[in-house]
Amino acid sequence: MFLGRVVGCVWATSKNPSLEGLRLLLVQPLTPELQKTGKRLVCADWTGAGAGELVYWVRGREASMPFLPRQVPADATIVGIVDEVELKRSAPC
Amino acid sequence: MLIGRVIGQLVATHKHPSHEGRKVLIVQPLNLDGSDRGDAVLALDAVDAGVGDRILLSTDGWASSSAAGRPQSPIDMAVIGFIDEIEILRGVS
Repeated sequence: MFLGRVVGCVWATSKNPSLEGLRLLLVQPLTPELQKTGKRLVCADWTGAGAGELVYWVRGREASMPFLPRQVPADATIVGIVDEVELKRSAPC
Repeated sequence: MLIGRVIGQLVATHKHPSHEGRKVLIVQPLNLDGSDRGDAVLALDAVDAGVGDRILLSTDGWASSSAAGRPQSPIDMAVIGFIDEIEILRGVS
């Protein structure tokens, strides 16, 4: 799973019927320090996240699991809204 | 699977039910010399790991969700073991 921020919405009127009703959001991946890393991508949304919200998302085949029994062709899905990041990078070994 | 260190965890109230009751850990993947290997990722805890632990990280969906005991779930990474020691064999490359 990866951390990210919702930075936009994507609308696609003409699409595969199995994507019908799915929210598509633009996500900027972030490091735990909340610095931007990598390129923005389109994620399906399971949570109802809004613009600017800190979220975490799953990639790969498992991205379609939240929508079961519907077979949704999603390869990245937002599965949680992040309240807080507890980071202790300089932890002792 | 990758070697990593737990450097924190997420607090998320609204998340997929398959993530309830388990920690979402922030894991920094490591090289064999202990240096950072790319960006930190998020993984579901399947062994009760904590901050500072050196762990085995599964990066495959099927392996991770079955290790967490939650098959058919949106889980693509999991902490599945603690690393005690790594032995690098001499003369083998």
